[in-house]
Amino acid sequence: MSTANAPLSAAEHAAIAELVAHAPTPRAACIDALKFIQSSRRYVADEVLPEIAAALGMSAAELDEVATFYNLIFRKLVGENVILLCDSITCWMLGSEKLAAQITDRLRIQFGETSSDKKFTLLPIVCLGACDHAPALMLGGTLHGDVTPARLDALLETP
Amino acid sequence: MMERPLTQNIRPGRPPLDLAGYRLTGGYETLRAKLGRVDPADLIATVTDSGLGGCGGGGFPTGRKWQAMPPRATRPGPRYFIVNADEMEPGTFKDRLLLEGDPHQLLEGILLSAYAAQANIAYIFIRGEYTRAIELLTQAITEAEHAGLLGANILGSGYNLALHLHTGAGRYICGEETALLNSLEGKRAIPRAKPPLPQISGLFGCPTVVNNVETVCNIPHIIRHGAAWYKALGRNGAAGTKIFGVSGRVNRPGAYELPMGTPMNEMILEQAGGMSNGHKLRAVLPGGASTGFLLAEQLDTPMSFAGMAATGNRLGTGTAIVLDDATCPVAFIGNLQKFFARESCGWCAPCRDGLPWVAATLNAIETGVGRDEDLELLEEMTESLGPGRTFCALAPGAMASLQTGLRYFAEDFRRHITEKSCAWR
Repeated sequence: MSTANAPLSAAEHAAIAELVAHAPTPRAACIDALKFIQSSRRYVADEVLPEIAAALGMSAAELDEVATFYNLIFRKLVGENVILLCDSITCWMLGSEKLAAQITDRLRIQFGETSSDKKFTLLPIVCLGACDHAPALMLGGTLHGDVTPARLDALLETP
Repeated sequence: MMERPLTQNIRPGRPPLDLAGYRLTGGYETLRAKLGRVDPADLIATVTDSGLGGCGGGGFPTGRKWQAMPPRATRPGPRYFIVNADEMEPGTFKDRLLLEGDPHQLLEGILLSAYAAQANIAYIFIRGEYTRAIELLTQAITEAEHAGLLGANILGSGYNLALHLHTGAGRYICGEETALLNSLEGKRAIPRAKPPLPQISGLFGCPTVVNNVETVCNIPHIIRHGAAWYKALGRNGAAGTKIFGVSGRVNRPGAYELPMGTPMNEMILEQAGGMSNGHKLRAVLPGGASTGFLLAEQLDTPMSFAGMAATGNRLGTGTAIVLDDATCPVAFIGNLQKFFARESCGWCAPCRDGLPWVAATLNAIETGVGRDEDLELLEEMTESLGPGRTFCALAPGAMASLQTGLRYFAEDFRRHITEKSCAWR
């Protein structure tokens, strides 16, 4: 993992240039570019944002406006594993608050926080389209449905 | 045997058909028969005649949406066909079934729809959290490209279509069609004023059609079998089939393809197996968080756009959420409003400032510190956040459950205030 606030590497510059080359306008590549940078650095640090913006032909303010809007673009360090816990209606009815409390108990983190060992970040997420298997969550990009307290414990054991 | 065209190839727990498997079912034969051989206007006419309505929740006639594209002769240059696969409406899990279950059905639908709209560039805008669907669609697109079903001169027809898969970075508002266009342009996903319609000035100012996944999946079947066949699939005056669903405390929560116009109680009893563990059904949101409550005694209402409109409600996405007697209705509505407050894009003041106020007021009532005048305030909010006050339908959608809930659960609201506590806690 590259240091999150280090200047962009040549490979990262090349990857952004590739995204721009395939986009109808340079700016149209900006969300993909932010996601790409985040994929290796975990989050988009303030220090690198102006450099990404320049590579996209945008001002830092224009890119910041986009980066702060989308909830899956992270602007501060997140843990190795991001827990996206659905708190929408069906999951809420069928026990998502209990799962959140269990995570808080076990990892000492509330929504929006990262565990002290930097292993987990807990975030709320809108309906994951798994209401027939509520309550549901995503862990490291994988969907888990019908999450019981025992299954949650197992998931946090070996992410 | 009931016909289920949309899910005919979907086998639970098994991977979707690959290109060869899809072709064995007659897949892409309709495309081969029509592409370059029929006038795009004929396809639009068939879809208009079929009565297909937008399955993202709006129900607007798909054929009429396509007809609003300006003729090629008067508007040369790029034009776009976009699939809205940004399924995020709370309680909705129908597009996931189609995306993961039969990706080639969607691709054939895109090809026929884009041809009808005379678009040469198509996008699928899919939420980033749908990782499995993204993987399966990527495979299907690669297969289609290698087989000459996408790209230049498709099947020797002279028709070209480039298809791009765009994965989102979150935010419910991206599902609003004009906010989706802003997002594809690399901007904040805020809605645009309409008019102009996207068909006149859409992506990068070019003519653009945006259709929901399920809408597009219907197209190959309508074109293959005709409008009359499609209409005959429906019940109670409605056309076609629809992916409906039930979630909450029922025995078999799930998504089911049923005739459009099937009564709600039939689905809840026969498909979902009724309520689980002796729970009582109090009300249902018929199609996601942006629809109003339907009470237990209204459950014979046919699930169709017209059927729900006749009760003053909306079909929405058609995936029902059941409110049972173990759940506090005030807290239920509070959860919905908290969701809408969080997902407001902040562009219009009534939505940005009003929804957090609504959510906080409901929370106060639910936690026993509500006051009598709060109910009047909430009632007023359903007006000031209602239709016509904002750029998009987010706030008016949020008010649907609040407005009906204040009426149907008035007694529950009052008890929270007079007893200064919640009976469900």
